Amino acid sequence: MRKKEAKKKAGAVRDKRKDSFLQRLIKDLKTNHILYLMILPVLAYYVLFSYVPMTGIQLAFKNYRIKDGIWGSPWVGLAHFRRFFSSYNFSTLIWNTLAISVYCLIIGAVIPVLFSVLINYIRSSKWKKTLQMVTYLPYFISTVVLVGMLGIFLGDSGIINVFLEKLGLESIPFLSSGKLFRGVYAWSGAWQSLGYSSVIYIAALSGVDQQIHEAAIVDGASIWRRIWHIDLMELRPTMLVLLIMSLGSLINVGYEKVLLMQNSLNTSTSEILSTYIYKVGLINSDYGFSTAVGLFNSLVSMVLLLVANRVSKKLAGYSLW
Amino acid sequence: MRKEKNMVLRRRRIQDSRADKAFYAVNGVVMVLLFVLYAWPLWFVLIASVSDPNLVQAGEVLLWPKGFHLEGYKLIVEYKDILRGYFNSVVYTVAGTAINLVMTIFAAYPLSRKDFMPRKTLAALFIFTMYFSGGLIPTFLQVKNLGLYNTPWAMMIPCAVSIYNVLILRSFFMYGIPASLEEAAVLDGANTAQMLWHVMLPLVKPTLAVLVLYYAVGHWNDYFSALIYLKDKELMPLQTVLRDILIVGKIDMQTGGMEMEAIIQKMKQAQTLKYSVIVVSTVPLMLVYPFIQKHFVKGIMVGAVKG
Repeated sequence: MRKKEAKKKAGAVRDKRKDSFLQRLIKDLKTNHILYLMILPVLAYYVLFSYVPMTGIQLAFKNYRIKDGIWGSPWVGLAHFRRFFSSYNFSTLIWNTLAISVYCLIIGAVIPVLFSVLINYIRSSKWKKTLQMVTYLPYFISTVVLVGMLGIFLGDSGIINVFLEKLGLESIPFLSSGKLFRGVYAWSGAWQSLGYSSVIYIAALSGVDQQIHEAAIVDGASIWRRIWHIDLMELRPTMLVLLIMSLGSLINVGYEKVLLMQNSLNTSTSEILSTYIYKVGLINSDYGFSTAVGLFNSLVSMVLLLVANRVSKKLAGYSLW
Repeated sequence: MRKEKNMVLRRRRIQDSRADKAFYAVNGVVMVLLFVLYAWPLWFVLIASVSDPNLVQAGEVLLWPKGFHLEGYKLIVEYKDILRGYFNSVVYTVAGTAINLVMTIFAAYPLSRKDFMPRKTLAALFIFTMYFSGGLIPTFLQVKNLGLYNTPWAMMIPCAVSIYNVLILRSFFMYGIPASLEEAAVLDGANTAQMLWHVMLPLVKPTLAVLVLYYAVGHWNDYFSALIYLKDKELMPLQTVLRDILIVGKIDMQTGGMEMEAIIQKMKQAQTLKYSVIVVSTVPLMLVYPFIQKHFVKGIMVGAVKG
């Protein structure tokens, strides 16, 4: 009896919801018309600059002809993909992309943690503030200027090499050798982003209850032990989440800086997926092929992101969605 | 009691002093090195820009300017491309940031309102673009189709709003403002626009300052949009000119009809240009920073938690 009634009630609620969706929308439009007006340009923006270009992905399966446009160009199936997978530089591109990405990932995970733990043990708060301030400054340097500065300091006739020669040492081809490209790329990136990426760790450490440290001192713990058992334990969840999330973007290495650092002497290691997409697409105007490589890139990173999110949910209880 | 505790602490500290002292010493040295690693390159560019280029090239300039002169800055004034690029960049940055700010508020406020019906659908629609996009070529073709190619708008419209910043602002609207304040405003008869303008926006001013900083830095430092979407030299922003000077090493000097020696002289001056142009392009942003440092750090925190 009671069950039946409850069922009836639920049904009524459902009915009410069903037939009132339009009514509710109209009512909402009336009361919140300003909100709708506000969000309209934003919606238009996303449709025009994100969703319409998504329909352009069909180019990956087409042979683009200007006069036919995106929709009218003839289909070629998987020809672009086949060409890409069988091209001689496919494995090099993948390897270069992953190598540079993993290099940056490791440095990017370790250095900010190390820095924030060490800065936490500086006693003078003025000195601490100065250090933080000075590490933020490179955030404002543009990629162009950063790469320009690399040239000034590390170039073949750069300041460092001038000093090395003065000391009678051999100069180091930082920017003009494939071997050193990854290192220079990753470490200059770490230099630029250190202040920015250690903010969250420094904040977490300043939240540690000082009594824990005091108790540890009383118990005779050395600084190393305190770093290990207190500080790093405090940072572990944040580190884990950030690390897992950056695994998701493993294949997405930005092309801006790589393009600027690239020269004929280091292409053996500096040619990565995104620079290849740019060159084939915009320099050679091979639109279909470039879109295909881009789609491959997006799909792989999508899969990596999904896997990373799964792992993060399981290990750290944190999910993007 | 307290004294006793202090005694214990002190005794422990003395006992552990060797290992701890070593740590503090090493830490101090590491931090000084780190400071040098950050401060010296920036300082060096600054002093090299006012030093004799010959001495800079010979590695004579280290900590203080030598052979003081302002040749590099004079060259900037003479170099038309830089001035035009500077002007263009100012326009793109100011107008672009204004568009960004309006769009971000227009997106964040409705999405923060629980009574706004399509808010979840729209949020999902926007957030999806964070993870998947059409890619370089389809976006490029769309910009071309819309007639933005090779116009100043190409520098502002394709990046009119960043969902990341929308999420930051939305969380401030949702959690940073006491609900009682909203209720009071409603009781006083405020409509949606009045509520936003008179109640909400004044309260999120610090956040808006951070967003302005993010967007402005992004516009000022953007060179890739120009590389893809612009063709005319007249439209090029500062960063493109900088790339030509700093990386490509292409310096467009009026050398026609000059003696060889004069050209060599010019080339040497061009070396100083590298330094002065970095100073002139980067220092304005760095000068703004101390004023909103506090909010800046807060902004990163929220971004990190939300992102």
